[in-house]
Amino acid sequence: MEWVVEANQLKKVYNGVKAVDGMDLRIKEGEIFGFLGPNGAGKTTTILMLLGLTEPTSGEVKVFGYNSTKNPLEVKRITGYLPENIGFYEDLTARENLIYITKLNGIPPSESAARVEEVLSVVGLSEVADKEAGKFSRGMLQRLGMAATLVKQPKLVILDEPTLGIDPEGVEQILNLIRKMKEEKNITILLSSHFLHQVQRICDRIGIVSQGKIVIEGSVDEVGEKIMGEGGTQIQVQVSQLTPGLLDSIKEIEGVRDIDVSGNFLNIRCDRDLRLEVSRAIVEKGCFPLLFKTQDYTLEEIYVRYFRER
Amino acid sequence: MSGIRVILWKEMVDYFGSKRFLILFIIICLTGISVAYLASQNLGSFAHIPGEFLLLGFFISSAGSLPSFTFFVSFFGPLIGLILGFDAISGERSRGTISMVLSQPVFRDSLINGKFLAGLATIAVMFVSIFLIILGLGIWTLGFSPNLEEISRIGVYYLASVVYVGFWLSLGILFSILFRRTSSSALTSIMMWIFFTFFIYMIANVVADQIAPVAAVTTPEVVAKNEAIRRMILRISPAALFDQIATAVLNPSVRAFGFINPAQISGLLPTPLSLGQSLMIVWPEFVGLVALMLICFAVSYVVFMRQEIRSL
Ligand SMILES: Nc1ncnc2c1ncn2[C@@H]1O[C@H](COP(=O)(O)OP(=O)(O)OP(=O)(O)O)[C@@H](O)[C@H]1O
Ligand SMILES: [Mg+2]
Repeated sequence: MEWVVEANQLKKVYNGVKAVDGMDLRIKEGEIFGFLGPNGAGKTTTILMLLGLTEPTSGEVKVFGYNSTKNPLEVKRITGYLPENIGFYEDLTARENLIYITKLNGIPPSESAARVEEVLSVVGLSEVADKEAGKFSRGMLQRLGMAATLVKQPKLVILDEPTLGIDPEGVEQILNLIRKMKEEKNITILLSSHFLHQVQRICDRIGIVSQGKIVIEGSVDEVGEKIMGEGGTQIQVQVSQLTPGLLDSIKEIEGVRDIDVSGNFLNIRCDRDLRLEVSRAIVEKGCFPLLFKTQDYTLEEIYVRYFRER
Repeated sequence: MSGIRVILWKEMVDYFGSKRFLILFIIICLTGISVAYLASQNLGSFAHIPGEFLLLGFFISSAGSLPSFTFFVSFFGPLIGLILGFDAISGERSRGTISMVLSQPVFRDSLINGKFLAGLATIAVMFVSIFLIILGLGIWTLGFSPNLEEISRIGVYYLASVVYVGFWLSLGILFSILFRRTSSSALTSIMMWIFFTFFIYMIANVVADQIAPVAAVTTPEVVAKNEAIRRMILRISPAALFDQIATAVLNPSVRAFGFINPAQISGLLPTPLSLGQSLMIVWPEFVGLVALMLICFAVSYVVFMRQEIRSL
C-alpha cells in the first residue's frame, strides 16, 4: 500500500541541537493524523521537511511518493499548508490574497474566481471577502488560512496548530471544518496541536512526539492503553459511611492495588474494572455506594502523565 | 520559470503603489527640477563645456552652493536602492507571508528573482522620469534640440545609474536575507552606505599617504604611486566606480584618470573624445560595477536557496 506521507529516520540538527531525531511517520490516505507534543518537540521542523521548506540533515521523506527534498514542487502542488503563524498581504483583500494563491498555483483565471468564492463560503468569510487582510482578527486570519489551503484542491492538508489563539466558538468551527474536509473531499490531514481534547475528538490516529521522534502512536484508545496500561484503571466511589473493616475487605479483592481515602470518597486503583466486586464488598459491610465512577482517561491526562514520567 | 511572472507582476504593483515609492518619486522629481532650474540660472558655469555638449552641462555643473546631479545620484542613489531592498525578504518573513508563498508550487528563486527584477524596473522607471525632466528643461532653456552624441552619452550614463542603484538594491536584498529582523537589515544597509560613499575615501587617502607620502618636494613617480594606490582602494567602492564612469561619459574631454604626467599630454590637441573612446577609458569600471551587482545578487541567491522557510 502506498502511504500519503512516509518519513524514514528523519533527522534535523541545528548547530549540534537535534530538533528532529529519527522520526518515522506513516500516514494513510483519508485519515486525520494528530501530531502531539510539547513545545520544541520538533513538530514544526518535521512539517517543514515534509514540504521541502528545510532540508533534512539525514533520512528521507516522501509525500504521495514524491521526495520532498528533491521534488518539492510536486509535493506543494498537491499539499495545502497552514503555517504556525499565518500571514497574508495586509493591503490586499481576502479575495485578492486567495486569487494571488490561485495564480501561483497556475490555476486559470476562468476557474479561479469560482474556486475562491467556494472556499470563502466554506470557511464562512464570504461576507468580509472584500475587507483587507490587515484588518482581520486572528480567528478570521486562521480561517482565511484554511481557505488558502483548500483553494488549490489539495490531496493532503498540513495544519500547524490551527486552533492556536482562537476562541471556543472559533475552535468549534475550525474543528468541524477539518472533519468536513476529510469527510466530503477525502483529504488526508496532518494536524499538529497542543490542545489534546480537540485532537482527541477529530483525529483517527495520533502520534506523540517527544525530543524529535514519535514515542507512541495509534488511535486515541490505543495510545491511552499503552500509557495507562501499566497503571490499570481507577474507580471512584462515594460511600454512605465508612464502616469498620470496609477498607480491608476491599483491599482483599483480587486485583485491587491500593485505596486513597478522602472523606467518604474512595479512589481505588486496580488492574481491571472491578465495580461489581467492589460494590458487593461495600454492601456486605453494611453501607451502600452513593456514586460510582470509573475514570475515563482523557488524552490530556495521558499526555500529562506521559511527560511527567520522563 | 514557475511563478516568476506572477510574483514579478505583484511586486511591481506593490512597489509602484507603495507610499515609499511615492515619497522617493516626489523627492526625485523635485531634485531633477531644481537641478535643471539652477543649472539654467547659471549657464555661465557651462563655459568650459564644448559647444556641442552643452546639454551635458545640466548633469555635471554644480550651480552655486548645490552639488551637481551626478553627485546626487552617486551619493543618494544608494539610498534609493537600499530603501527598495532592505526588507524584501525579512519583511515577508516577519509578516508570515513567506511561508504562504513558498508553500505554493513555485521555485524558491522565483521570489527573490521577482523581487530583484521588480526593484530594478522600479529604479529604471524612476530614473527615466528624472532624466526626462532634466532633458526637457535643458532643451527648453537652451532652445535647440540635442544631438545624437549627447543623447547617447546621457543614455549610457542612465544605464550606469540604473546598474549602480541596482547594486545597492541587491545589497539591500542580501541583508534582508541574512538578517531575520528588518531593523538589523536597515541598520547594516545604512552602515554600508556611509562606509562606501564616505569613509572609503578617507581610508584610501590615509593608506596612500602612508605608503607613498607626498611631501612638498617629491618626484612625479611618488605622486603617481600615491594616486595609483588611492585608485586601487577606491576600486572596491561602487560609488567611486560610478563617479569615474559618470565623469568620463559626461565629460568628453576627460582623457585619463589619476595623475597625468604633463609630458604625456604635451602636444595633444584638447579635442573632445568620441563616446567609444570615452567608454574605453572607463570600461573596467563599468564591468566592475555590473560584476559587483551580479556577485551581490548571486550571493543572495545561494544563501536564500539554502535557507529555512519558517515564519517567525
Ligand atoms: N532555526 C533554528 N535554529 C536552531 N534551533 C532551532 C531552529 N528552529 C527550531 N529549532 C529548535 O528545534 C527544536 C524543535 O523546534 P520545533 O519548532 O520543530 O518545535 P515544535 O514541536 O513545533 O514546537 P512548538 O509546539 O513550540 O511549535 C526546538 O528545540 C527549537 O529550539
Ligand atoms: Mg511548532
